[in-house]
Amino acid sequence: MRFLPLTDADRADMLKAIGAASVEDLFCDVPASARQKGPLPLPEGLSEMEVERRLSTMASRNLTPGDVPCFLGAGAYRHHIPAAIDQLLLRGEFLTAYTPYQPEVSQGTLQYLFEFQTQVAMITGMEVANASLYDGATASAEAALMAARVTKRDKILLSGGLHPHYREVTATQARFTHLKVEALAPDPFGIEDLMGRIDAQTACVIVQLPGFFGHLKDYSALAKTCEAQGALLVVAVTEPVALGLIKPPGAMGADIVIGDGASLGVGLNFGGPGLGLMAVREKYVRQMPGRLIGETVDADGKRGWVLTLSTREQHIRREKATSNICTNSGLCALAFSMHMTFLGEAGFTNLAKLNHARAVQLAERLGALKGVKVLAGSFFNEFAVQLPKPATPVVEAMAARRILAGVPVSRFYPSWPELENVMLIAATETVTDEDMDALIEGLQGVLS
Amino acid sequence: MSMNSFTGNRALVIEEPLIFEQGEPQRSGVDLPQAPEIADRLGGLERQGAIGLPGLAEPECVRHYTRLSQKNFGIDTGFYPLGSCTMKHNPRLNEKAARLPGFSGVHPLQPASTVQGALEAISLLGRWLMDLTGMPAIAMSPAAGAHGELCGLMAIRAAHEDRGDARQIVLVPESAHGTNPATATLCGYQVVSIPANEKGRVDLAALKAKLDNKVAALMLTNPNTCGLFESEILEIASAVKAAGAYFYCDGANFNAIVGRVKVADLGIDAMHINLHKTFSTPHGGGGPGAGPVVLSERLKAYAPVPFVRTGENGLELVEHCLGDGEKSFGRMKGFHGQFGVMIRSLAYILSMGGNGLWQASSDAVLNANYLLARLSVELTPSFPDGPCMHEALFDDRFLKDTGVTTLDFAKAMIDEGFHPMTMYFPLVVHGALLMEPTETESKQTLDLYVDTLLSLARKAKAGGAADDFKAAPRMTPRRRLDETRAARSPVLRWKASE
Repeated sequence: MRFLPLTDADRADMLKAIGAASVEDLFCDVPASARQKGPLPLPEGLSEMEVERRLSTMASRNLTPGDVPCFLGAGAYRHHIPAAIDQLLLRGEFLTAYTPYQPEVSQGTLQYLFEFQTQVAMITGMEVANASLYDGATASAEAALMAARVTKRDKILLSGGLHPHYREVTATQARFTHLKVEALAPDPFGIEDLMGRIDAQTACVIVQLPGFFGHLKDYSALAKTCEAQGALLVVAVTEPVALGLIKPPGAMGADIVIGDGASLGVGLNFGGPGLGLMAVREKYVRQMPGRLIGETVDADGKRGWVLTLSTREQHIRREKATSNICTNSGLCALAFSMHMTFLGEAGFTNLAKLNHARAVQLAERLGALKGVKVLAGSFFNEFAVQLPKPATPVVEAMAARRILAGVPVSRFYPSWPELENVMLIAATETVTDEDMDALIEGLQGVLS
Repeated sequence: MSMNSFTGNRALVIEEPLIFEQGEPQRSGVDLPQAPEIADRLGGLERQGAIGLPGLAEPECVRHYTRLSQKNFGIDTGFYPLGSCTMKHNPRLNEKAARLPGFSGVHPLQPASTVQGALEAISLLGRWLMDLTGMPAIAMSPAAGAHGELCGLMAIRAAHEDRGDARQIVLVPESAHGTNPATATLCGYQVVSIPANEKGRVDLAALKAKLDNKVAALMLTNPNTCGLFESEILEIASAVKAAGAYFYCDGANFNAIVGRVKVADLGIDAMHINLHKTFSTPHGGGGPGAGPVVLSERLKAYAPVPFVRTGENGLELVEHCLGDGEKSFGRMKGFHGQFGVMIRSLAYILSMGGNGLWQASSDAVLNANYLLARLSVELTPSFPDGPCMHEALFDDRFLKDTGVTTLDFAKAMIDEGFHPMTMYFPLVVHGALLMEPTETESKQTLDLYVDTLLSLARKAKAGGAADDFKAAPRMTPRRRLDETRAARSPVLRWKASE
């Protein structure tokens, strides 16, 4: 077996050094009744060539967005990733390192995470960011818990424009703690009233920018209401590319910004791994979950970085920790950070402009289709459309024409018949004029 | 940093500034097509002013990250015996497989008919993990070990609540990973600690004394964090069951027993499996991982959504607590879990096969016992009376009166080219040194490591070497860092100087 260096002669020598007759003797503490009897019900091991063949066949059974026109979003966005990023990610010193517990031999990881924290804080307009969580949806649950710790309150108000997975994961977490979730109805028109629902029990309000249905809203007034009521404003960002063009949540007065960074550097991967982002006001940093990297000096006075404020974390504080998170999304944070570095200020801004321009072109063409209505007046690279018939069969029929047209909202909200005809549609820089032509032509056929 | 270095830059170890200290705003490492002219639809919400990001061209970016990588120790660099973390070789075929465009490029919300291969991958890996444990159900969506723990406890709490049996307590041995008690709190439970006995196992009598109708579950790591198999696990399981509680097993150390122990035969109700440990996916500087959870019949119905099932038109996802998912405790992760990590594990299992997995756990245990036997000449094993499993635990008695601490010893190992073992964990022994060699290390590597550690131990014991140890490491890009200063006045980001 190619991953196992020991030879039978090695094994015999080692058993002799140990003073055991066989490897079986080393398992003597295992009760006889629990030992594996007979061979494992798994196939024989395969050569590299055979494994590749098997998995390539499996992968070929998927319709790959890179091969067809793709307008899917709803929390996962297809972007072009510069070629150098993946090659750098594969460097073994990044790929095969663990959490930087020994800072003298982990300055590479620590420095890129410090840079990552800075980039996330900058684009969200916040003071500090952590070194990542699992994904945006779990970051939402963590933000709710954090807000409850900060405010010592238990009511969590969830916007109807927040991604349904963020809502569901937060509600699941709430069910098993003292938190009480109040989730507003899904809000395809962007008209909900959150301010009237904030009271003296409210720990936080969680909204999204751009909203799940595409709307761009300035939450500055909401932030003021939250502040007046002693509640925190949490703003979720599922598409960080938007922050290259729009007013950042920090400038609106957000207390906590969460989101998913998979748009940059990470890629789609059928939705996982994601990259949980969290940025906060500095005064709340000791209530923050997840790892933090801090600057310091070494014994020679040279600048360096270490894991810091660890007394918040499970390996020190155990049942009193701010979270149970240990493994996070380190390599995805590196991918994100690399992509941001490659883009830089100019590239990030231009990428955002290109996304928006593509979406505006798409909205204009879709709005001209008979019976199709674009539901968001303002948006970034995604918006909801109302179709003249149920969205699910439309999307299926389009897929049969090898076009990934959009995401039916009923996939998230099956119990809401009024959303049956609503579809989310996104256009990133990867969409070409030909893709749009194919979409419009396909929809004309399917909707007629 | 000195710009006229003689020599702050040491050959391959070159000082590298932060990206924010390089470049200029108009430069970029990415060329993009010109955006078409449009009337924007931002509703007046465009950003005012610059973000402040630096701009670097591609060659500068590549060099920056290459230099950073050279300041890191990885498994590819050398022996990394970090106990409890299973730093085994990460096969590159796994990476190639996960990058097949048909996997890496697939969107999570495509119609099921267009992702049959992706659903097959999740389903097949789930099937094999159930086969390897003998357990009847699996939740594939948890993102990491601690997230898997949360999944297991949520299923347990949902099961109790379904019977109208609200319970408040979770029992956790004092040797447990910190994630166990933290998870119990996150699931709304109160944690009660169980002591270890003098053999490094759970004290069965103490456990029984704490078991009553308020106890929801026991969380037990097996093999435990002392690297020992819980030899009374069957008695533990039946006592837990008799009290009406559930048995959660922390499967962080499953790599020791794959193919040798049927988890189902241990009386376990739920166990997470760290794909990034046992099934060879990279740790990536701290993630991403994946923590699927196998479940017993008693907990099966409460598993989180989504899950894959076979429908009329092939495989499909159940994404809501309706129909088949009626009793599910809900969703705990966006989309469908750590798909990219699952593909890597699938490639690993296909490569290893049943026999290979059996040989891997055998060699992992053999390697650990070899370290235990050889190092016991100079170091002090905490539990010398029998074999260990996949990791060997020593304490700091061998350093008594030398002036050298576990930390000093570990830092001296760095200068010798080894990544230190896990230090000061588990908490049940003093100054712990927990070493996990894994099966992917050769006897030559182990011998070199042992000889080095024995020399270091002799040097410490000879006396007069404490200052030398405390000055280590000397050969690293940075020497010991001031952690107190970092925590006292935290600098958590770069800021432009005024």
